[in-house]
Order: sequence, then structure tokens, then C-alpha cells
Amino acid sequence: MNSAQTLTAEVPLPEVAGTEKLLLTLVALGLLLLLPATFDADAQRAHWCFFAALGLISVGTLGWAGWKYGRKPPGVHHHNLWLRASTSRGAVAWITGIVLTGFYVILYWFSSPDDQGNYGPLNQLVHALDPFSQWLRNKPSDQWFLYGTFYTLAILVMGVRGLLKYRHSPYHLIRTGSLMFFQLGFAFLLPGLLLAFQRPEFYFSYFWPLKQDYLFPDTVGYLLKDGGPALGVFMVFWTAVISFVGVPMLTYFFGKRWYCSWVCGCGGLAETAGDPYRHLSDKSRTAWKWEVRIIYTVLVVIVLLTALLWVGASGAVPALQGITQPLSKAYGFVIGALFAGVIGVGFYPLMGARVWCRFGCPMAAYLGLLQKHFSRFRITTNGAQCISCGNCSNVCEMGIDVKQYAQRGEPIIRASCVGCGMCSTACPRGVLNLENGPREGRYQGSQLIHADSLRILS
Amino acid sequence: MHLVLIGNGITGVTCALTARQLQPEARITLVSAESAHHFSRPALMYVYLGHMRYQDIKPYEDWFWAENRLELVHATATGLDTDRKTVQLDNGSVLTYDKLLLATGSRGRRGSWPGSELAGVQTFVTLPDLELLTRDTRQGVREAVIVGGGLIGVELAEMLAAKGMAVTMLIRDARYWGAILPAEEAALVQRQLDAHHIVTRYETELKEILADENGRVRAVRTTSDEKLPCQWLGLAIGVEPNLDLAKAGGLDTDKGVLVNEHLQTSAPEVYAAGDCAQLREFAKGELAVEQLWYTGRQQGETVAYTLCNATTPRSYRRGQWFNSAKFFDLEYQTYGRVPAEPAAGEHSFCWQHPTRDALLRINFRTDTLAVTGLNVLGLRQRHDTWAAWLQAGTPVTEVLANLGAANFDPEFFRQYEKVIVAQFNQQFPQHTVQLRRRKGLFSI
Repeated sequence: MNSAQTLTAEVPLPEVAGTEKLLLTLVALGLLLLLPATFDADAQRAHWCFFAALGLISVGTLGWAGWKYGRKPPGVHHHNLWLRASTSRGAVAWITGIVLTGFYVILYWFSSPDDQGNYGPLNQLVHALDPFSQWLRNKPSDQWFLYGTFYTLAILVMGVRGLLKYRHSPYHLIRTGSLMFFQLGFAFLLPGLLLAFQRPEFYFSYFWPLKQDYLFPDTVGYLLKDGGPALGVFMVFWTAVISFVGVPMLTYFFGKRWYCSWVCGCGGLAETAGDPYRHLSDKSRTAWKWEVRIIYTVLVVIVLLTALLWVGASGAVPALQGITQPLSKAYGFVIGALFAGVIGVGFYPLMGARVWCRFGCPMAAYLGLLQKHFSRFRITTNGAQCISCGNCSNVCEMGIDVKQYAQRGEPIIRASCVGCGMCSTACPRGVLNLENGPREGRYQGSQLIHADSLRILS
Repeated sequence: MHLVLIGNGITGVTCALTARQLQPEARITLVSAESAHHFSRPALMYVYLGHMRYQDIKPYEDWFWAENRLELVHATATGLDTDRKTVQLDNGSVLTYDKLLLATGSRGRRGSWPGSELAGVQTFVTLPDLELLTRDTRQGVREAVIVGGGLIGVELAEMLAAKGMAVTMLIRDARYWGAILPAEEAALVQRQLDAHHIVTRYETELKEILADENGRVRAVRTTSDEKLPCQWLGLAIGVEPNLDLAKAGGLDTDKGVLVNEHLQTSAPEVYAAGDCAQLREFAKGELAVEQLWYTGRQQGETVAYTLCNATTPRSYRRGQWFNSAKFFDLEYQTYGRVPAEPAAGEHSFCWQHPTRDALLRINFRTDTLAVTGLNVLGLRQRHDTWAAWLQAGTPVTEVLANLGAANFDPEFFRQYEKVIVAQFNQQFPQHTVQLRRRKGLFSI
């Protein structure tokens, strides 16, 4: 067939109903209102625009999700994903990507406050949240509070959409609920409350090496000092014990999913706001080669950097002092800001929602090694029932070509799998199941299909 | 050795992959008129639905073929000379083979209704069918009619309804897929059809197709003399083997290309497998022409052994029956044999959730209690476990006691083993079962 592209281009789309248009218009209006909220010289009016914008976006999105999914019988709703411009790298997707990327660039590099507390282009938006910030954190808003508010709102609103869309699956209901809970409670309210009580703003749901500086000597020192004798020690204890004991233990029993698609905020955004883009991840072997090259390099770099920082802090090698600080800054810039933020979220509509998790996150690399070699988790394939349709690979946000395993009757044991469970949900023949079981025979395939042993990844 | 395979569907490709492992040095050529690369036929519907693009339904990336030295030829095989061992292609070239496999598959049956050649009337089996459907339904189709109450019929209904067309299905039987599904199962599928606003006309067949002034279908008349306006008509009344090449080569054919147990045709070194093959001899309860993804795969694998090692040819054994499908949002799996009407000497135990879409049916021998078949709708059951139970003739009491071991539903899904066993005990008090095994979060 010569016209693969034309085929997809020509498939008819259903008419968009008036109600859907209206609800999407509300969302668009809300987004447009963010412009006067940002640029209107009248601060009062700008603040009103800001809240009206958030209201319209939230209400519009929730209404739209309810209209789109709530009225239909529960089931897999992936119709027209590859046909609509917004979810198939069309013009809408590019505009969304550019706007998101632009927002991150401004947030990271052009919104630090000057002497007058002016937050650059984001100034009006930041100050609109002052009353809320005062109430929650007992201090004025800043650019990170603005970001946290946007982030949490996105997870909550799009989380409700996920609850509606996947309501036929208790696994997704509980998992999405967990992500919403950890974002709202552990990554938004609790750090705010800690600030209100003049304690360090600490995120109990992020750990080294994702939150790399939590085990850097400076941060440890600061937590111990500012956190006070009990809380500070607990914070350091918590982050160290989860990183080195909790992570291996939980991953042994459940695979890396307990973190990546149940707790983590990056995963939280990917699974909710990023759900419409999950099929955009690249499933090719080439992409896999880059993934392996990059992600393990990041892991090695952060491990070495952390070790160097401690050696430097111990004063054993005085010469290190001058090197470690710039290195740590460079890591923060390249990995923490550029990779995790700008590319990680900015490229959602073009490369799928897990670009950061798949290519960059050192925590995912660490969890992945454990999942692959020291875990009871696997995705079992059901005998010989696979029809190679490709729905599983399509929905894999981590770019795993799941069907390669399913069509051979082999269990899927891959370091990158975050256990979102969507392959199992999308499978029209009930072939895939996320399971925790004995490690003996974990790689054992089904006897009912005779696997071809021709290589796929190498 | 040059192995030439005509057809790059699941049969031809499975044969090619198996042969590549058995004979690392053999030259293997796959010829296909339909597509440059192998694609998953059951997934065509998802391209139309927009779940995937055409490239996403290819089971292997394009580099795979060259790396495994599988030569692909995108052309139609028009002639076969079994004396000279050559295949003539429509691009003018000629392939010389040492061994030849015909895996030409099948095409949709069109029937012989007046007007079945009109524009807007088609079958849905092949990639060209999908392209035609795509072009023909792009605009102006508000109402569609589908003839046939089987798997392709329900797929088409889902596809068209998803695009906002009003769909009516004409079904010859008194219930959906009446030749295969027992009444309870069909009723559950009916719920899906109703929920998705598909209009069904049972015990109704197509009588006549009416054309508009442009030679396109504008309506159909049914055997109950109802006139249904429609701008598109799908014929989903089954498939028939592609026999053109076999006939051109003078092979023995009937409904399909006639083959023996080794899948060998009437000509030396020429084999046929998959949809296009017709077994000269077959076991009781099995079919001479098998037109399933799974049987295509099995036949392709079997024939590869014969092609690669003619001294010890493998016989094709159908093995245990299994199948699966999805009717809109309702999944279906079956293991063993579950006839549409109860078989003599068998009990049929059927549990159904009073409100949810979940059903489990176990057939078992009245004398030995050995399980003979399972149907599930809205539940997932483990193939390997059921294969072992069916193979061993495990008594239904033992199966029910361990039903949790076969539960393949995702974590946190509602478990029905308790109520299923309770109903069984009520229905068969002489064979009381104690549920021993439920599904746990920490075990498989």
C-alpha cells in the first residue's frame, strides 16, 4: 500500500455536536482570558480575569469530559485520536506545544522576582494568587506557587476526566484517585502548610534521585537546621529511607508503578493532563536505543554528582569545592529545568506525556533497574489470544512495543514500564494483565504459542 | 532452497518466520498483492475508528524484514506453472521456487443480489476494502445498512456508528451470531447493540439493492418487504477463499485449495495454508476451511516444518478450540467447545450477573463431569489454565473450586467466583463445590 498517510487523512470524522463546541469554547475563552490576566495594566481587572480564566477552563473541561464520556456506555474511548489535529500532531498540537514550552521558558528563566517583587511577565498572575498563598502558606505568592497551583489544578481537573473516561476499570479509578490525592495533599497543601508554620517547604512524595538535591549535603544541612530537631531529622530520615529501602522494597512487590503511576507528580500530570497524548510516544527501535543511552547516563551522572558533593562537603579533597557547585548548578539547569520542564511537559502534544519519565528521569532509571532485575512484577500475556492489533503498543506512553511480547506469548518485563495498565485496558481480546507473582518462572512464556526468536531489540 | 510464499497475512508471515529459524540459509520471498508489509487484519477497524494509523497495525517495523532476510515483493501473482516451478507476477517478473506456499487468504462474499455491484456496496476484509470504505463514507452517508450478524457485521456497525451514521443490521438468524452463541450470550451482545443505537432486524435478509441516478445505493428492500434508505451497504455474510492463482496453476480446488494433512496440494512442492486451504480430511466437529487468525497462524507454523524438512512432514492438528472477540465494549473469550444449542450428554452451566455485563458458561459431561468448553463475556479468563483443564478433562467441581486460578481480570476488578460457585451449588446440589481459590493481589 502506497497511501498509508492518505488513508488516515481521509477517514471521516463525526460531526462535532453543538454542546461539545460550546463547552470547548468555554475552555478557549478561559485560555484567552489569561492574556488580559497577564498583560492588563489594571491589576484588579487582571486578577478578576485570572480567576474567571481558571473557572472557565475548569468548568469547560469538566463539562466537556462529562459530555464526552459520561453519556456514553463505559468502555475504551479512543475514537479519532489519530484523526484530530489536537491529538495527532496537527496545527492545534503544535500551537499547544509552543505555548506550553514558552510558559516553561518564562517560568524558569524570566520570572525571578526583582528587588520590587516583580515577577516579570508572570507578575500579574503571581500576585493574583497572593490572598490564596497568604491563607495557605502565610506568605505572598511567588512564581513557583503559581506553577504549583496550575499543576495541581491540571491534575485534578484532568483527573476527573480520567475518572469518567476509565470508569469501567477499578484499577484506573483507584490509581487516578491516588495520583490526585498525592498531588493535592503531598505536593501542594502539605508543603504550603509547612511554610505557614515556618518549616522547610518539603515534598514528602518526591525522592532522590528525582528530587536530586534532597540528598545533597547543602539541602540535608538546611533541613536539619530549619526543620528543627524532630521534623528536620524526620525529613532527612524519610527521604533517605524511602530512596534506599522503601524504593527497592515496594518495587520488589509491585514494580515501579507504585511510584511512577500512583504517587509521582510528574507521572500524575502525564496520566491525567497527558492522557490525550499517550499514543504519541515513539515505539520504534531507534527511540528505544536513545532512551537507553540517555536515561542511564543521567542516572550515572546524578549518582556521581551526589557522591562528589559529599566528598567535597567532607573537606577531604579541598580542590573539589570549586567544581561541585557549578556541576550541581549545571545539572539543575540541564536536567531539572530544561529536560524535566521545558521538554518534559512542553512537548506533551508532540511526543507524548512521558518524554521526561522515559528518556530523562534518574528515578525512573533506578526504579526500572530494580523492576527488571529484582521484582515480582510482570505483565502476563494470555496464552495464544493475541491478534497483533497493536492497541497495546499504541497506548503505551513509555513507547514500549507491547505487541512484540504479546504476539509471542511472552510476559512483558521492561525496565521502562510504569505499570499504568492502559495496555491491558485497551486490549480488545483480554490478553494483557499486570501481575505480581513469584520470581521463579517470571520470564516463562505461554506454551500455547510458539514464539519466533527473531530479535526485536538489540 | 528458495521458498516462495504467496500472501503476507498471518499465515504466510508465520510460515516465513518459522522457516527462517529452521533454515537460516534459505532464500525466502513473500509476495503480496494487498500490501507492501504484513499488517494485522483484525486491526483494520481501528484505523477507521482513529485509534491507530495504518503504520501502527503493522506487527513488525519495516526494518524487520530485511534484517531477517525475508524478501518482500509487492505484486500480484497471476500465473503458476507447477511443472517448471515458476510463479508469474503482474509486474512482468517470474519467480522460480523450490517450494511454494499459497496463503492467499480470502475475500468477502458478495452474494448474488441484484445491485450488489453498485457504488457504496462493499465487503470489509482487506486493506483495499478499508480504503474504499474510507472514501465512500467520507461524506454524504447518514444511514448505513449491514447485512450479516457475525463478527465483521458487528465491527462495521461499531465503526460506522462511531462516525455518527445510523446503522441497521439485517440478520438472518433469530439472534446475534446465532450459529455460534447460545441465547444468553447473544442477549448480552444485543444489550451492547442497543446501547450503541444499532437497529437490528432479525430473521430478515436482503432482497434487493436500489440505486440512485448516479448508480449508488440509495436503499435496500428486505425479505420482510421493508424499504430501508441507506447511502452505504456492507455485505458481511462471510468470506470465501481466494482461488484465482490455484486455479491458474491447475490445482485441485473445491471451496478452497484442497490439501492433505500436511497441507500439501495436488501439485508436488506446492502447499496451501490458512483461509484459502480446504482440508480433505478433518476431525469430527472441525471445519474443512478454517478462516481464523489463530488457525492461520497454526497452519502457517505447521507448514513451515514440512517445507523445511520434507522427510518428516508435520501433520496439521487443529488442537483445542479457542477464540475471542469484542462486541463494542463487551469482550468475549471462549475455550474448548460451546455449541450454540446444548449438546447431548452435556450440561451447560451459565452464570450471569443480574445487571452488569458479565457472563460465564461452563459446559461439562453429564457422566464424568469433565469440562468441555467455556464462554465468558465481560470477564477475562486465563488461556493456559483452561487449556490444561480441558486437556485433562478436569471435572467441573475441581475447576469451580479453583476458578480464581483462571481469573485474568485486572487488579481490583470485582471477583465473581463466590457467586458463581453459589449458583452452581444451587443448580447442581448433587455436586457441591467449596471455593478454594480466589484471586489475590500478591499471587498469580
